[in-house]
Amino acid sequence: MATLEINNLHAEVAEEGGEQILRGVDLEVASGEIHALMGPNGSGKSTTAKVIAGHPAYEVTDGEIVLELDEEDVDDIDVELSESDYRWNLLDMEPNERAALGIFLGFQYPAEIEGVTMTNFLRQAINAKHDERQELFADEADLDEAADEDEDAGYETSPMEGPADDGEIGVAEFQELLTAKMELLDMDEKFMQRYLNAGFSGGEKKQNEVLQAALLEPAIAVLDEIDSGLDIDRLQDVSEGINALRDEQGTGILQITHYQRILDYVEPDHVHVMLDGKIAKSGGAELATELEDEGYDWVREEAYEAA
Amino acid sequence: MSSEDLQDTDTEARFEFKKEQKSALKADKGLTEETIRLISDDKDEPEWMLERRLRALKQFQEMPMPTDWPGQPDLSEVDVDEIVPYIRPDVDVRAGVDDWTELPDDIKDTFDKLGIPEAEKNALSGVGAQYESEVVYQNMRDRWEEKGVIFCNMDEAVQEHEEIVREHFMTKCVPPSDNKFAALHGAIWSGGSFVYVPEDTTVDMPVQAYFRMNSEGMGQFEHTLIIAEENSEVHYIEGCSAPKYSAFNLHSGGVEVFVGEDAHVQYSTVQNWSKNTYNLNTKRAIVEENGRMEWISGSMGSKATMLYPSTILKGRGASDNHITIAFAGEGQDIDTGAKVYHNAPNTKSTIESKSISKDGGRTNYRGLVHIADGAEGSSTAVECDALMFDNESTSDTMPYMEINESNVDVAHEATVGKIGDEDIFYLQSRGLDDDDAKQMIVSGFIEPITEELPIEYAVELNRLVELEMEGSLG
Ligand SMILES: Nc1ncnc2c1ncn2[C@@H]1O[C@H](COP(=O)(O)OP(=O)(O)OP(=O)(O)O)[C@@H](O)[C@H]1O
Ligand SMILES: [Mg+2]
Repeated sequence: MATLEINNLHAEVAEEGGEQILRGVDLEVASGEIHALMGPNGSGKSTTAKVIAGHPAYEVTDGEIVLELDEEDVDDIDVELSESDYRWNLLDMEPNERAALGIFLGFQYPAEIEGVTMTNFLRQAINAKHDERQELFADEADLDEAADEDEDAGYETSPMEGPADDGEIGVAEFQELLTAKMELLDMDEKFMQRYLNAGFSGGEKKQNEVLQAALLEPAIAVLDEIDSGLDIDRLQDVSEGINALRDEQGTGILQITHYQRILDYVEPDHVHVMLDGKIAKSGGAELATELEDEGYDWVREEAYEAA
Repeated sequence: MSSEDLQDTDTEARFEFKKEQKSALKADKGLTEETIRLISDDKDEPEWMLERRLRALKQFQEMPMPTDWPGQPDLSEVDVDEIVPYIRPDVDVRAGVDDWTELPDDIKDTFDKLGIPEAEKNALSGVGAQYESEVVYQNMRDRWEEKGVIFCNMDEAVQEHEEIVREHFMTKCVPPSDNKFAALHGAIWSGGSFVYVPEDTTVDMPVQAYFRMNSEGMGQFEHTLIIAEENSEVHYIEGCSAPKYSAFNLHSGGVEVFVGEDAHVQYSTVQNWSKNTYNLNTKRAIVEENGRMEWISGSMGSKATMLYPSTILKGRGASDNHITIAFAGEGQDIDTGAKVYHNAPNTKSTIESKSISKDGGRTNYRGLVHIADGAEGSSTAVECDALMFDNESTSDTMPYMEINESNVDVAHEATVGKIGDEDIFYLQSRGLDDDDAKQMIVSGFIEPITEELPIEYAVELNRLVELEMEGSLG
């Protein structure tokens, strides 16, 4: 079981005189839990998500983000682990290292990468994550050994073809996995030959974010407005995908949303309201219904009175 | 290095290794009438070729160094007197052997390591390999020979196919007067390929030539002449490389292509010069009625490159397609582009250029589309995209258009952009490290080009780009 702990997180835009956006965020998301993060436009939800994933545009000025793991989360690692391998201070790490540890960010606005097919991208991402994981958990001695092995490997194929691909996931295995996940999300196979998000409709992009989460099997997935732009059928497909992530892989979900709609399908255990860069109120699923009916003013007033 | 060692190396090492220089004849540095006579004599050339060489030499000496082009690369370091223009490697068979095992070990190793014999087995109709100034290996599959297809080295062609060479060699297509380096080329050219495809013949697998400059401070001046008769088709591929030395090298090749009526020629090149090579070439095609010319080039390496393959669309309905990719890293100035002359009605051209600059490198797209008065119904589409890695790097575009006919269709698009931080972050958030993320974006950027190449070349080009991005090529 993994737990993402965010304590007193302060962050500002990483430039001279950058504006402060996060002003003490506290949140804890554990494996198997579903949290909804709501709040008015501009309150800092996406920024929270991006800071968790390690976006370089923001500088953390105070607080911490820690990922706690246990045995189950590292059962794919072959080497002997020490105490420090179970507790990771994410703020010291690169975005790809965070991804390797099991953090996934589903973007509010996914990037479009021309010329890179989905198949190519997904396979590389899976392999990169695998490699990075092994590296993160291996200690120095193991790393040296691995490097020696690489040197001895030489060519197995002709020089024109380069070294044999030591991809951790074989083509057949990858195809199988992919087909299964795409079926779950009711995605058309034809997307696999398309370029990553290029020309995808808004809904297709969101579906693709969930597909990536399904393939990368994160410990904690932060999904930023994954429901925006989805039609009713897709909303159901995507919700099924998210529920499967939780049920089958035990992923903890932090779901950023403005609407009750998706929460009918993906029922949250906890609902948080963000105001001005802080969590102003937390509650159960009923809180989302209340917000849907009454808006944010009463939360703001409550928070104001408390202050 | 032994040949086993060579087999075990990676792409980087395959391009970087150098051989001790062994040669049968090495001309003195510099360029004099005496040198020209020596080269011509050593090749046992007919009198007319010597005369053409000497005339070209005179033109070279009279023409000033090009210095007045806007934003052109700095050529002040290019001193022809410091260049060894001609080195004949020490092999017995002057026209090139047709069996790799007959080559001296050191030369065979070089090409093994570059992967050429392997490629020949798998996917090519014919292969020529040039080492220093001379072609050392030449072979073509019998079935093409039977159909009258000729693929031989240029020196042999002068001897064996004298009439046709005399008619086409630097006369109508690239005369030495074209530019100073064309004149230089005309004076001291050596080696290169001659390709002749008779009427109604389709050579369905590519023919390939590979040029390797191995000695320090040398010049390589290979000449390629391709003649595709009516309704024929051929794909010619050229690869080039040189290891790194301290003295600068000069590559000044000449390529002439004659595309007959309804014929189709594709010329592809992936070049990887060491970063002290000046790569100054003249390449041109003349296309007859309904013929089609395609230029595909990947320009990697070199200190400075000036390369603008040009096509003259001479016959009605002739068409041209240019695809170029350029990569400039630290200290490199890659000035490439395309020129198309629409001299007949209903002619068509498309130019697609992609360039990448990094670590202070500079790329420039320099292009010209000329549509002559009377070339009605012609169309051209030019697209140049530049990708910069950082704020130190430069990308310029100079797409000149001279349109002298009103009934034409002209489209032009140019984009210059820095590699997107959001794109990099997106890929990183999926587990790719910073370098791999950039690499992926770049390979996507050049994908429209690699897609057109035979698979081995696409793979090789991608790997070269990868090496460039690691900054590990010398
Ligand atoms: N890189 C940046 N530079 C300047 N301001 C920024 C930057 N990133 C975020 N902000 C500002 O920080 C505030 C919070 O933005 P954020 O995207 O986190 O809001 P949000 O809660 O996700 O809103 P929405 O519901 O509209 O998506 C906004 O006022 C936004 O303009
Ligand atoms: Mg947002």
